[in-house]
Amino acid sequence: MGPTRTLQLARRLITAPTVGPFIALVLTMVFFSLKTDRFFQAQNFSLVLQQVMIVGVLAIGQTLVILTAGIDLSVGTVMALGQVIMTKLAVANGVPVVPALLLGVLTCVGFGVLHGGLVTGVRLPPFIITLGTLNIAFALTHIISNDLTFTGLPKLELFWGRTFSISGTDFTYGVVLMLVLYALAWYGLNQTAWGRHVYATGDNREAARLTGINTNRVLLSVYTLAGLTYGIAAWLLIGRTQVGDPNAGQTTENLDSITAVVLGGTSLFGGRGTVIGTLIGALIVGVFRNGLTLIGVSVIYQYLVTGILVILAVSVDQFLHRRNG
Amino acid sequence: MSSPEPMSSPEPILEARGLVKKYGQVVALNGADFEIYPGEILAIIGDNGAGKSTLIKALSGALQPDEGEISLGGERINFRSPRDAQRAGIETVYQDLAVAPALDIASNVFLGRETRRRGPLGSLLRLLDKRGMRREARRQFEELGIGVQSIGEAVGNLSGGQRQGVAVARAAAWARRLVIMDEPTAALGVKETGQVIDLIKRVRERGLPVILISHDMPHVFELADRIHIMRLGRRVAVVTPKTHTMPEAVAIMTGATPSELDNVLAKKGSPE
Repeated sequence: MGPTRTLQLARRLITAPTVGPFIALVLTMVFFSLKTDRFFQAQNFSLVLQQVMIVGVLAIGQTLVILTAGIDLSVGTVMALGQVIMTKLAVANGVPVVPALLLGVLTCVGFGVLHGGLVTGVRLPPFIITLGTLNIAFALTHIISNDLTFTGLPKLELFWGRTFSISGTDFTYGVVLMLVLYALAWYGLNQTAWGRHVYATGDNREAARLTGINTNRVLLSVYTLAGLTYGIAAWLLIGRTQVGDPNAGQTTENLDSITAVVLGGTSLFGGRGTVIGTLIGALIVGVFRNGLTLIGVSVIYQYLVTGILVILAVSVDQFLHRRNG
Repeated sequence: MSSPEPMSSPEPILEARGLVKKYGQVVALNGADFEIYPGEILAIIGDNGAGKSTLIKALSGALQPDEGEISLGGERINFRSPRDAQRAGIETVYQDLAVAPALDIASNVFLGRETRRRGPLGSLLRLLDKRGMRREARRQFEELGIGVQSIGEAVGNLSGGQRQGVAVARAAAWARRLVIMDEPTAALGVKETGQVIDLIKRVRERGLPVILISHDMPHVFELADRIHIMRLGRRVAVVTPKTHTMPEAVAIMTGATPSELDNVLAKKGSPE
């Protein structure tokens, strides 16, 4: 390897989009390690991963949508609706577990198709569409559940909460599924033509169309796949909470998924970003919440901190966007 | 003023008759005719709003005319999307809209036409043949004499001239019949403009006819074999750099010199 080669490699490493978020994650971890002994422990890391799991999976769908210069405000409530359908059908309606799960996932996919259809067909802004479906899914969740919490769930619905042990530390299967989904999303975005069309469409929809890309099909596929990730997140949520709770997933999840994407270096203007960055972003959010809890900061201040974090990350994005013109 | 035609080949490769395109009350094309012959550079000039861009959008499938017909190699065609035109061998370089900056050079050249690996990796796992696409893109760049440091560089990191080079290389790589360029030098500096002009000449040397839209009269007169002049949504004249001077062409373009069309309109009573 010649000196220019090494230089090129070094430059590529420094300019890689995930480097900034990664440094932020390390600094956060160093900070909390210095603040409390309870932070830097395998068991605590396992807990952080479990706490990150739901937002992490939602953020995959959110990344796809934001890469196309869209936004999805409804992620948490659509997941909550899927979760209520899965558990209610199984417990109260006596539907076998597999169709119950399938119907829950399909409901979330249906919301994705609806978003995609409205974005491409009616050409409405995603912000308004998903603000609408946020409320629709919220209402449906409470109507369908009748505000009841469903317990005594079939084993399969609780599967992702089960744990396995690696040298004394417990991990849930849900965390493994999250990592697998990240790997799949990375593959799709980086190794297939579809991924390039997602980036091109997000960067400039009209230019992509003129290049010969069927941008409507790309957008529809993105919103549909996003819906699928919310459906999977619904199943994971049941594994995490062990019940079907109509109030779960409706408070912090919406904003946290966007926070994770933005902290991970994906541009809200579309066309730039990585799914690995989003995983790091989700971990930053998780480490912050976990660390602040460990050092005894009240939940209200956690909102304050994540709010500031998001605005900072968006400011950096805006700055970079302006500089790159 | 007669339309001069190249002597060698009387059959136009692309031809349009009586194209009309209206946007509400606005008439962008008002019965425009058009033809381009094999191996030539045809420049299209006209004032803002004369219908240049609408005309090439109709020819490249980006929009569908309300009336009129287009034929390619003597056959009637009806492009419903840019994809249709590409399939027919027509490539277009659009002003400002050339490239996806987040993707690297090779990805941009192959955007929308990616090749996959052979065997199950490609057919089943849809894995891209990145190495093959890079090799092919590099070959294309060498042939056109475009210098780039790395074919894996994100296009967003390139200068304006290099970006336009990528867009032109992309068009030249895929075009089988014809390349259309809309103001390819509008956003460029002097040196970069020179590079793109050399590129356009090299594309013609490959035997591909080029439709060039430009505001830059000296470049038009340097490059073009024939000059198609648009005014008020129609072709008012076709001249050549040999038969007309720049001021004469501009006079026709602005309507200061009456053209054949103006005489016709004067007799009928102009609709505008």
